[in-house]
Amino acid sequence: MMADNEIHTADLDPILDRYARDPNALLQVLREVQELHGYIHPSAISYISVKLGIPRARIEGVAGFYSFLHLQPHGEYRVLFSDNITDRMQGSQALMEMMCQQLWLQPGRVSEDGLVSINTTSCTGMCDQGLAMLVNGRAITRLTHQRVQEIGHLIRNRTPLADWPADFFRVEDNIRRSGPLLDNTIAPGDVLHAALALGGKDIVEAVKNSGLRGRGGAGFPTGLKWEACRNAPGEAHHVVCNADEGEPGTFKDRVLLTRQADLVFEGMTLCALAVGAQHGYLYLRGEYRYLLEPLQAILQRRRDNTLLGKNILGQPGFDFDIAIHMGAGAYICGEESALIESLEGKRGVPRSRPPFPVTHGYLQQPTAVDNVETFCSAALAIQMGAENYRAIGTAKSSGSKLISVSGDCPRPGIYEYPFGVSVHEVLQDCGAVNTRAVQVSGPSGMCIAESEFDRKLGFEDLPTAGAFMVFDDSRDLFEVARNFVHFFAHESCGFCTPCRVGTSMLKQTMDKIAAGHGTQYDLSEIEHLDQVLQTSSHCGLGRTACNPVLHTLKRFRPAYENRLKSLDFEPAFDLDGALARARQMTGRDDAGAHLKPEDA
Amino acid sequence: MSKKLRIATTSLAGCFGCHMSLLDIDERLFPLLDLIEFDRSPLTDIKHCGPCDIGLIEGGICNAENVHVLHEFRKNCKILIAIGSCAITGGLPAQRNHLDLGSCLTEVYLTEPGLAHGHIPNDPELPLPLDKVHPLHEVVKIDYFIPGCPPSGDAIWKFLTDLIAGRTPELGHGLIKYD
Repeated sequence: MMADNEIHTADLDPILDRYARDPNALLQVLREVQELHGYIHPSAISYISVKLGIPRARIEGVAGFYSFLHLQPHGEYRVLFSDNITDRMQGSQALMEMMCQQLWLQPGRVSEDGLVSINTTSCTGMCDQGLAMLVNGRAITRLTHQRVQEIGHLIRNRTPLADWPADFFRVEDNIRRSGPLLDNTIAPGDVLHAALALGGKDIVEAVKNSGLRGRGGAGFPTGLKWEACRNAPGEAHHVVCNADEGEPGTFKDRVLLTRQADLVFEGMTLCALAVGAQHGYLYLRGEYRYLLEPLQAILQRRRDNTLLGKNILGQPGFDFDIAIHMGAGAYICGEESALIESLEGKRGVPRSRPPFPVTHGYLQQPTAVDNVETFCSAALAIQMGAENYRAIGTAKSSGSKLISVSGDCPRPGIYEYPFGVSVHEVLQDCGAVNTRAVQVSGPSGMCIAESEFDRKLGFEDLPTAGAFMVFDDSRDLFEVARNFVHFFAHESCGFCTPCRVGTSMLKQTMDKIAAGHGTQYDLSEIEHLDQVLQTSSHCGLGRTACNPVLHTLKRFRPAYENRLKSLDFEPAFDLDGALARARQMTGRDDAGAHLKPEDA
Repeated sequence: MSKKLRIATTSLAGCFGCHMSLLDIDERLFPLLDLIEFDRSPLTDIKHCGPCDIGLIEGGICNAENVHVLHEFRKNCKILIAIGSCAITGGLPAQRNHLDLGSCLTEVYLTEPGLAHGHIPNDPELPLPLDKVHPLHEVVKIDYFIPGCPPSGDAIWKFLTDLIAGRTPELGHGLIKYD
């Protein structure tokens, strides 16, 4: 124990000191311990427990919640294949199987020598980069048979990750179509100068007048949110940027944080001025770990240029700074109240709302939580002027939207359009042909069929957080829905029974149908489950978990019916087979000793 | 007055406790009989079920005859209701599910003193036991479930009167019991 303590003084104290021994930073501390040791050792938990004054059970509870944190050794190299449907369509399962064979291990297990483990993870936000995996939290893109084999060799030779070819880690921006947001010529500080001229109250008015609505999917009017936060009484207001881009098929925030990071921070600082906040947080999803250092460098440059810190731009009392918090593999943390819980170093369980974060957010203080793209758009709206911004897009959806296109098309990547663009137009631009369906806004969004391709992206018709997955006529929409259902069952936070049990039952029913045991009855069970999930789940995850199935059932019902064993009810077991033991024991084989299917 | 609804009832691998509970609706049986008539049921001793509106089944499925009866009910009843713990989960008879059927029969008829005549009964008249006891919904589609061991007379009354009146049956607070 003494020895452990001495070791931990050397290796853990620097981490704890970096976070000023703040119990709210527990998740960040655990994440760094994991990076250092490969897993979180029981003695490290004891040490952290004492130093941060947090009970051991809570630390294990937090570590157990996030899928990138491990309480047991998980191998020196932890390989996670991205498992979105778009990955599977490109053959991710075969590659993973091959790698398992190459390294002599089974998925989910650590190799005997403790060298490596291989498993799957939810969408890594690299859908436009070919196949992707995470190795010790670092994204590797454009996987091919050959690249996976090379990775296998590097692992077997214990080559440190830092010495792997840099090309493995290259992430392209793939901007295919730009608009006012991506084409902006704003220099760092431009927006803040304009904002200082306006003052907090007028910034809120301008954002309201711009018609800007949240880009994370829900579309709440940003100006109203900022106004409510500004008016909420509190000791300290906070600004939080939601960069936990977990919705499968979405990767536009990744590109914004790569190409427009200054604009993101400018937007956050603008918001701080509007709501009167001094502290800001960027909640960055764990899959984007590679962006941490570049973003920190940009933050430092902004501090050096008086765009962050004390007396921003020389304005006395305009104090604001931004810290980056990393997530650790939990889709639910994209929900704003779960995100705040996670920021506070807890399990990412959504809070009961109301009260909403604008009045009781981070540390129960008024908090404005907005999506990455929302902050960029707000900065752009201030720069352009509310009226000019409002002129882009449609009446109820002003401005432009970044769309993350992936799946069956020759040009996956980022497309910026004014709101109101039709699905058909996006398909044409990305070169998709023979398209059978498009999943708009990810698994929790909408699956639409060819007859609806004239529908328009925008809050009036098809609201979207940005994902746009294309499926051509070679794809089986049942398998698409089944992949999404597995995703929700995996990502359910487990807090409320309807979602924890309901998503698992849904998964089992879909698997039963996939195995050829399904009947019409199972289809109606799905509809029943949907009702339970929608009416009694604690948060949006449970409420939307049935969407992929309902939408595909409505539009592609034969994809389900073709797999049913019969349209009538089927017993869950073989009736005649259940009499075999009794036949054996009694020696009978007469007609009465059998149950034929026609008895039904 | 509209046509009376026909109801069939039976007990499979059950104890008739649910039927006793049905009788516990007491004097309400009289107004009930103004609205319904019984088809196959232990109350009528009709041996086979004809076309019915509602089938009420207590008990799980433990042998081949249970399967035949259940299929007969499913074929004839528009609405099939599993009533009581045994029908819904297998209940007490399903306690044998963790034992091998062969060793059960061997112990009862061959090795246990006093019971056996030296062989396991194999008369074709006798229904063969299934290797496991199953709840009804694993064998046919069941439309409604009334939990309880047994459900109270009030719960059965509420459920039947809802069905007869064309309301989706709903057992409110105090009527749903699992034991």
